[in-house]
Amino acid sequence: MPAGFISNLYVFILAGFVGFEVIRRVSPLLHTPLMALTNALDAIVVVAAIIIAGRRGTALSEILGAIAVAAAFSNMVGGFLITDRMLRMFKLSGRKKQ
Amino acid sequence: MNAITLQYLTDFSYIIAIALFVLSLKWLSSPATARRGVLAGEIGAAMAVVTTFFNPELVQFKWILIALLVGTMIGIPLGLVHMTAVPQRTAMSHAFGALAAALIGISEYYMRIPHITKFEMTEIALEVIIGSLSFTGSLIAAGKLQEVLPQRPIVYRGQNVVSLSVLGASVLAALVLIFNPMAPFFFPAMVIISLLFGVLLVTPIGGADMPTVIALLNSYVGLTAALLGFVLNSKVLVVAGALDGSSGFILAVIMCKAMNRSFTNVVFGAFGQLQVSAKGEEEEKIVHTASPEEAAAILGAANTVLIVPGYGMAVAQAQHKVRELLDVLTKKGVDVKFGIHPVAGRMPGHMNVLLAEADVPYDKLIEMDDANSEMPQIDVALIIGANDVTNPAAKTDQSSPIYGMPIIEVDNARTVMVIKRSLSPGFAGIDNPLFYLDKTMMLFGDAKSFVGGIIKELTGGGE
Repeated sequence: MPAGFISNLYVFILAGFVGFEVIRRVSPLLHTPLMALTNALDAIVVVAAIIIAGRRGTALSEILGAIAVAAAFSNMVGGFLITDRMLRMFKLSGRKKQ
Repeated sequence: MNAITLQYLTDFSYIIAIALFVLSLKWLSSPATARRGVLAGEIGAAMAVVTTFFNPELVQFKWILIALLVGTMIGIPLGLVHMTAVPQRTAMSHAFGALAAALIGISEYYMRIPHITKFEMTEIALEVIIGSLSFTGSLIAAGKLQEVLPQRPIVYRGQNVVSLSVLGASVLAALVLIFNPMAPFFFPAMVIISLLFGVLLVTPIGGADMPTVIALLNSYVGLTAALLGFVLNSKVLVVAGALDGSSGFILAVIMCKAMNRSFTNVVFGAFGQLQVSAKGEEEEKIVHTASPEEAAAILGAANTVLIVPGYGMAVAQAQHKVRELLDVLTKKGVDVKFGIHPVAGRMPGHMNVLLAEADVPYDKLIEMDDANSEMPQIDVALIIGANDVTNPAAKTDQSSPIYGMPIIEVDNARTVMVIKRSLSPGFAGIDNPLFYLDKTMMLFGDAKSFVGGIIKELTGGGE
């Protein structure tokens, strides 16, 4: 078993609980933006893809890495963009333009 | 800058990114702070990406930059879609997320062989299997939501046996690889079989179950990213994956509860297939219909109106007309609220963003439980394009496939109005006794033009 595994497992379990506690409080009103935002955050796999695409490797790994960069980065850009667009639409009655 | 300092800087920027991600989700809990949450997430993500460019392992940047450009060009249009298209956009983004994670795992396998331990091989195999099946599963979900593929569940005899055998085959391939990582063809076979399983997993699931399926796929994608974090020993991926995974999981649980069903039932149940024929002979039932004029007269005279929107409102693009109706009725002194069922629409929270896009203030939107406790004081419950989520059979008819599902109890309102194209049953294929109640008025027609007709009556006739 690699040395990092156990510490990663600690991190995973704790992050899972943190996620559970934080996300449980999100109002059902915002469940769609929540899904869009977590998608954008999950797109952080782009940092791993960048290394795969740019390090010294085989042609295959460079191609797979580059596709992964494009796929993940499209989620990052699109996810933040649409979350912000959706949130701007949520208004209270008082602030409505007449 | 030497390599060790650089490593510390990278680690610190990733740690700050993780902290910002948690804050980002925390701020999303209320609409007042939610946009700050997006900003926090953006800063965290940008920091992590920029510091990654200083990684000493990187020897070429051309393809990275091209790929980032391509990603931006795909991402921007996907970020600008209309709110009606958000469910399929979400499914597409799950597919992209799963694709990225699966490709990285595949590339790691080919980089590491033949020097790969059993432990590493197990991690990679698990990551690639879940990533691949989430990729094709999400594509099928997106196809169904875009109506490129039929929304009805596609089922055949022995389906679950076939699907589970396919999953078994990919696990078997993984086991062979764990004991002999160099076994020829087993790795590509494992990937292809997992891709196939993703297709088989989602094809039998019908449109009405999409909120649960999207949430489940969301949690798979998160899990894939977390597993990739284990493979690459990258804690930023472990955390982001765990957050995404728990979010999808929580949403899936909420969706299941709102339908009174279990995960296995959603995935293997092929909802509502046989019930239509099981109904048998229909006795003549009396239906009261009404014209836009009659509906307008009753709505205008009401004190309290509860609008219950469903997927049909999205299909008819009626949300902007519905907002106009809200304005007209509010001006007449009618108290109008919207009752939102958790599974109304095609993804969690779908109705809320649709109505928000149409400028309906969010304090007018109330959740199911609140709607039900206010129901006895409601003069008119107006149902637009919703069916199963208001079906009283869920409370009374034990033989109904939706028996036990929590509903918005519109039958407790004084008058019920249902805007619907025809009497045909909803996606679940279940007849709705609500339509035959004495206090129910069926408003047959297209939701958008019918609401338009009511507005015309209210504005023209009222002054």
